[in-house]
This record gives sequence, structure tokens and C-alpha cells, in this order.
Amino acid sequence: MSEQEILAFDKADAIVDVPTHYCPGCQHGVAHRLAGELLSEMGLTEDTLLVTSIGCSVFLYNYLNVDSVEAPHGRAPAVATGVKRARKDKFVLSYQGDGDLASIGMAEIMHIANRGEKVSIIFVNNTVYGMTGGQMAPTTMEGQKTTTSPNGRDPMKEGQAIRMAEIIAQLGGTAYSARVALNNVKNIRKAKKAMKKAFEVQQKGLGFGFIELLATCPTNWRMTPIQANERVESEMIPYFPLGVYKDATAED
Amino acid sequence: MAKNGEKLFIKGNEAISRGAIAAGLKCYFGYPITPQNDIPEYMSAELPKVGGEFVQAESEVAAANMLIGAAAAGSRCMTSSSSPGVSLKQEAISYLAGSQLPAVIVNMNRGGPGLGDIGPSQGDYFQATKGGGHGDYRTLVLAPGTCQECYDLVIEAFDLAFKYRNPVMILGDAIVGQMKEPVITREVKEHDAAEGTEWRIEGAKDRDHRIIKSLFLTEGSLAGHNQALQAKYDDMAKSTKQELFETEDAELIVVAYGSIGRIVKSTVRKLRAQGHKVGLFRPITLYPFPSEELNKLAKQGKKFLTIEHNLGQMVEDVRLSIRTITDSDFFGFMPGNLPTPDDFEEPILKSLGGK
Ligand SMILES: Cc1ncc(C[n+]2csc(CCOP(=O)(O)OP(=O)(O)O)c2C)c(N)n1
Ligand code: SF4
Repeated sequence: MSEQEILAFDKADAIVDVPTHYCPGCQHGVAHRLAGELLSEMGLTEDTLLVTSIGCSVFLYNYLNVDSVEAPHGRAPAVATGVKRARKDKFVLSYQGDGDLASIGMAEIMHIANRGEKVSIIFVNNTVYGMTGGQMAPTTMEGQKTTTSPNGRDPMKEGQAIRMAEIIAQLGGTAYSARVALNNVKNIRKAKKAMKKAFEVQQKGLGFGFIELLATCPTNWRMTPIQANERVESEMIPYFPLGVYKDATAED
Repeated sequence: MAKNGEKLFIKGNEAISRGAIAAGLKCYFGYPITPQNDIPEYMSAELPKVGGEFVQAESEVAAANMLIGAAAAGSRCMTSSSSPGVSLKQEAISYLAGSQLPAVIVNMNRGGPGLGDIGPSQGDYFQATKGGGHGDYRTLVLAPGTCQECYDLVIEAFDLAFKYRNPVMILGDAIVGQMKEPVITREVKEHDAAEGTEWRIEGAKDRDHRIIKSLFLTEGSLAGHNQALQAKYDDMAKSTKQELFETEDAELIVVAYGSIGRIVKSTVRKLRAQGHKVGLFRPITLYPFPSEELNKLAKQGKKFLTIEHNLGQMVEDVRLSIRTITDSDFFGFMPGNLPTPDDFEEPILKSLGGK
């Protein structure tokens, strides 16, 4: 090769320089990176209070250089509410997987949105419970095989995959709700822009900001990282359409 | 700032609310359940007036988890509930203890198990004093017997919560929560606004980022954490509180706490007037249990009778405290009924006579 490409970039100050524990091809790392970059670019690193939840992302607090508190499974929105009410002057960010947010934590996510709590929640939808070994999640798709839906999810018995970005957009206190994907560079760039909006509505005091990220779990999908990205494109995006479902900034 | 020496005629629940605000309460999270609704109602009206935050949460689960967030940010925060609601709060209470976070939880104990009734009971003693949620942890437990104690103990609860970085429970019932008595408010020492600066989350500026957590996965780290918690519980045991009434020359000591302790006091007074040598030992800290003080009385050769508004829970701690010397009789007044001083006369006389 004649041309030598030099890949060099600055590490955002909000990102801790340690290796992460994620599986190859897992997009939690991409999501963390985008969040860290945005905190740095928006000058929020020193003012952010982070709430981490249960699931593969539980160690997020080791990877972001911000003060943090760990929430019980599903309860991150309640914990984030407590943090924000105690420190209204701070930027409050929370991060949850789909099992965490759409199953055990369904009540808490509905009500934080409805109250219009001024916090931002990043929601990673990989259609499966990652950490516990690939069981069926509320977002598992029709026909998808998991360790607890061995014959594929049957909507007649187990219901359909839940579309959270649409539901959250319906609630009164939501200022921003969007779904993006992390399966290619173009989508990752769009994801960052959308995450920025979700952060901005908090800064502007407009209400609750929600961002759903379609992400891969190659390990539990029993796929290579490339196959997993293809699945996001061919199966997930058609059922979970990308787009902005609510944007209070567009209305003013 | 709370006014000094104002005399008010108020319910126990209101005394708790006023005491909490006097102690610098900044965030209250609640959910309706009888017989403690006066507390969230009071807070919704009064807390915002002093710059505090009131949230009626979507459930007890959420309310208790809001405490985790507010406590992590270093604010004086509280929730209140009654038995079934407190069961729902136990997950968060375990996390508060595991994460070493200060918070006050009020339980106006009602009848159980299950939905039970809304009347007074002491059926939650085990849950309150032995952990209640999962794991090796303890909650400091204070049991008021009067409206004045409701006021005073909640103030003390906040100081203890921050001193030990641990949840503190106020364990009352419908008797002490619903009755009205004169309460003298007192000027409360303004707590240091910088309280908790050495551990609370407030933004990582010019220092390493902080992580408040209860997950300890690396080999040995959980054991170390639990050892540190144990050392804290050992230290708490040095400062127990109790009321002793007519115990000096008593042959029989009745051990009873909270509103029942107070009712027993009336019985003891009446029996004393009739010449019976009986006294009362009323634990005010239920965890840690005032074992040493009780043990001293056992060494003096006293007999013991434990009276509770349940089927027998605190009696186990009484027996543990005095077991090397003597034993305690037990009389359980069935929850579902409201006791009067007369109800305790016969069991006390029976115990005194050794029958
Ligand atoms: C109360 C409670 N129930 C169950 C668990 C076990 N648990 C840990 S992680 C997890 C699933 C998380 O899945 P998801 O939110 O989809 O995140 P992912 O691991 O896929 O990133 C579960 C059920 C727990 N920690 N606490
Ligand atoms: S199990 Fe799935 S979600 Fe968890 S780290 Fe591996 S790929 Fe990522």
C-alpha cells in the first residue's frame, strides 16, 4: 500500500482511557463514545451527574469521566429524578438497556417522561437481554430465537416487540424523542446529532429527552459483527423506523 | 429556620413532617397509603415554600429509588409509607445501605401480613430491624412513642443518616401518627451545607470522578465492603437510646416500644399506685437494640415481660440480650385490635406473680 492512513484523534475529556469489557462488535462502546464526545464538545463533563443501570452497560461509570450513581434494575429514571431534583443546576444523564428500560423499568420510564423531568436518557435497544445470556426482551422481534423463546417469539403468546421511541413521544413531558441506529458511519453521525438534541432540550429546560439507539449484540444473536450490522439494517430498522417522534425545539 | 419553643397541638404525622423540614429536608418522595397520608400532604404544601422538592412518585418503588438519587447528590431526603409500601421500598433500602447513602424512611406500621388492615400494629419489627431487603445490612431504627418524639427523632434521624452514611427508619404506627399532642418545636442547628462533600456526586472538577455503587465484583472487594459496613454497625451499637420508668426497685420489667410502650406506661403507673413493683423499659433505638442496658437490669435480678402489638418479634432481641442470666415472658396483643392500658394489667400481674 502506497498511501498510509494515519488514524489519530483526540480523546474526549469525558472518556476514560481504559479498555472496555464489551464483546467484539458490541455497540455499547459506540454509544458510550458518542455520549462522551458530546459531553466534551458541549462543555458538560464537569457538570454531569450520570446514572447507570443494570445490564451489560453497568460499568459505564468506569468509562465516562463524570460523577455517577448506580441504579437498581429498571429504576434509573427514578434515581435520575432524585438526582435532578436535588441538583437542578447539573446535567443529568442516564443510560439503560431494553430489558432494563422496557421491561422491569416500564413504569419508571413512563412517568419520568410524563413528569417532563429535565434529564436525558440514552436507551440501547439490542432486542435481547445481553448480560444475563440472551433471554427474550420486550423488544425481541417476532420469530426471533432467544434462550427463553427457543422457537422464536410468538406474538400470540408473548406479544409484539415494544416500540419505545413512539410511546415516549406520546407523553406530555417529553421534549425530544427519536430513534437512530449505530450500524454504519452515516447512521452513527445522525445518532450523534440526535443525541445532541436530546441533551439540548435538557439544557434549555424544555423537558425530558429520550434517544433510542438500535444496537447490536453479536454474542447473543450468535452472529459475526458484520452479520449483526446487516440484521440491524434488514430486520430491525423496518420494524423500528428511524426518525424523530417529538421535538419541542421544532415547535418554537 | 424552625422557630424556637413554639408550642403546637398536632398529630404525630405532622410532627414528623415539621421535624424533617426543621432538620433541613430538601427532597421528599412519597406515595399515598393509610395511615401516613398526612405526611405527603403536608410536604406537598409546605416543602416547596422552603425551597424543597416534593414528588408524588408513581409507586413506592420509584419513591425509594428517588431517594438513592437525591441522597447520592448529598441532599437531606426522606420518604414515608406504611407496611405494604415499605415492602416495596426494600429493594432501594438495600441499595442505599450497600451504596452507603443517607436517607430517612418513615414506616407508619399497619396490620399485616398482606393487605392486613389500616390499624396500628408492630408486625414490621423484624423487617425494620433485621434488614428487610437482601444482603447483609442494617437500617438504624428509631421508634417514637409520643408526638414530641416524632418531632425530635426525625431530626436526630437525619444527623445519624449522615454520620453513618446509612438509611435510618422511623418506625411508628397509626396510634402515634394519628393522635394529637402538644409538641414544642425547637431551633435546629443549621446543618452544614457542605455536608457530604467528601463523597457526594456533584460534578468531577479538578479531581477523579466518583462512583457511588453497590456492585463489588473483583475478588475480595465485597468482603472488604461488608467488613466496613459491619464496623459501622458495631459503632452504632455504642449509642442506643431507651426510656426507663420506675425500674429501680421493680421486680418485673415490662419491655415495650413505641405507642405500646406508652400505653404500658399507663398500666405501670396504675399498678404502682396499687403497690405492685413493676417498671417499664422502652427501647427507642430498635436497631441497634439496647442490649447492654437491658442486660444490666437482668444482672440486678429483675424478671422480664415483653409486650408487643404482634405475635412476638422484639421478644427475640430481649431474650438475646438477657439470655445468659434469665428469660422474658411474652404477651402479644393481636393486631387488628386497639389496646388500652387495662388490657395489659392481667398479663403484667400474671408475670409478676410468676404464674
Ligand atoms: C431486580 C433484578 N432482576 C434481574 C436482574 C438480572 N439482570 C441483570 S442484567 C439483566 C438484563 C439486562 O438486559 P438489557 O437491559 O437489555 O441490557 P443489555 O445487557 O442487553 O445491555 C438482568 C435481567 C437484576 N440485576 N436485578
Ligand atoms: S452480550 Fe451483547 S450487549 Fe453485552 S457486551 Fe456482549 S455484545 Fe454487547
